[in-house]
Amino acid sequence: MKLPPFEYRTPETVEETVELLGEFGDEAKILAGGQSLIPLLAMRLSRPAVVIDINNVNELNTISNGSGLSIGALTRHRTAERSALVQSSAPMLVAALGYVGHDAIRTRGTIGGSVAHADPAAELPTVLTALGGSVSATSARGTRSIAADDFFEGFLSTSLADDELLTAIQLPPRPDRSGWSFNEFSRRSGDFALVGVAVSIELDESGTVVDARIAMSGVAGEPTRAIEAETALRGNPAGPESFATAAAAAAAEINPSADLHGTTAYRKHLAGILVRKGLNEACDRAKGTR
Amino acid sequence: MTTTPTTQSVQLTVNGVARSGETENRKTLVDFLRDDLELTGTHVGCEHGVCGACTILLDGEPVRSCLMLAVQANGRSLETIEGLGSPDDLSPLQQAFRESHGFQCGFCTPGFVMTTVALLRENPDPSEAEIRHCLSGNLCRCTGYQSIVEGVKSAALALQAGENR
Repeated sequence: MKLPPFEYRTPETVEETVELLGEFGDEAKILAGGQSLIPLLAMRLSRPAVVIDINNVNELNTISNGSGLSIGALTRHRTAERSALVQSSAPMLVAALGYVGHDAIRTRGTIGGSVAHADPAAELPTVLTALGGSVSATSARGTRSIAADDFFEGFLSTSLADDELLTAIQLPPRPDRSGWSFNEFSRRSGDFALVGVAVSIELDESGTVVDARIAMSGVAGEPTRAIEAETALRGNPAGPESFATAAAAAAAEINPSADLHGTTAYRKHLAGILVRKGLNEACDRAKGTR
Repeated sequence: MTTTPTTQSVQLTVNGVARSGETENRKTLVDFLRDDLELTGTHVGCEHGVCGACTILLDGEPVRSCLMLAVQANGRSLETIEGLGSPDDLSPLQQAFRESHGFQCGFCTPGFVMTTVALLRENPDPSEAEIRHCLSGNLCRCTGYQSIVEGVKSAALALQAGENR
């Protein structure tokens, strides 16, 4: 397996990068950490005319906290995992990163790459969806913000235009009395999940669910909100009864494809189990007992 | 469309030695190490980032050298298995692997050893669970995992006892 030939460009600024994207459009692929693109090239599943390597675009290598956390696209998974700012502002992301491949993958893999690649079984798109995050996309035409719910459009597909570069992800501040969890089930350590579930929950003083966002990976072509389960939770007391109802609703509202790794019924079962487990953990964190 | 060269010169440091070469843009780092620099200690297995055989250290951090382009290593510092001990003078880690029978057919060995070098630098006293988690990114088709884990444990003890290298 050898990579197909391509023209190789190494811009040093976002401006230069989007200029190249404007010139080459869908003939070009962005190379960040390479942990998805290089295998695709090696297997000849992708044969771009031009590879635009953004590893020298230092302005994409940032982590900052203003009104929410902003992580530059070129930030390595390992860098984000080790960042005190990410650990305090987005502990769900840190937990999810622990499931991304292995150390030698995360030293190269990037936050922007994982999100832009949009693998439906991957962790970061699921986290972005559960936390109600967004991405920044820049082209020669300007910069826009795209909400996670509008970004993922099916298997390895996003609403990024051919001339747009994903420059950063944004995660909103964590409300008071909120809790999170991230769980997934895979057959081997570091594999993509059969099903993964990210939960973000917000309670009031009395323990009633004010808001809940549940995102699942591996159950459809894109990260999937458990809308029925979220609705079942809102306004009800957080506890075993409402969590069981929500878990059943989550399992009922999805129709995952069967494949070599698991049947539809098995994945639905896993989703229900992981939603209930995740709600318990997120609720404990919201109450400060975990 | 403007034409750009399909090859580039690469200058890098490998195991403390300055090296250079001319490489096709599309050549992976592991192929460059093996074919151009004739450092064949780094093995190439799956060629898509799954098996871990080609793991090397890039500026001190473990990476899959099949998932990087050689041109991306320009200006960087690499460590490969050749930078550890020699057959007559094994490093404490290699010695510990050997004594634990952690080498079987040897194909996966360079990747396991370099992964362990990075682990023990960051965490000199890992628990067995931490060792197993760390090594879960490397595949051994002889399935000699028990003895590899034992090798890492005894290497950690040897290094703590001061056989630092």
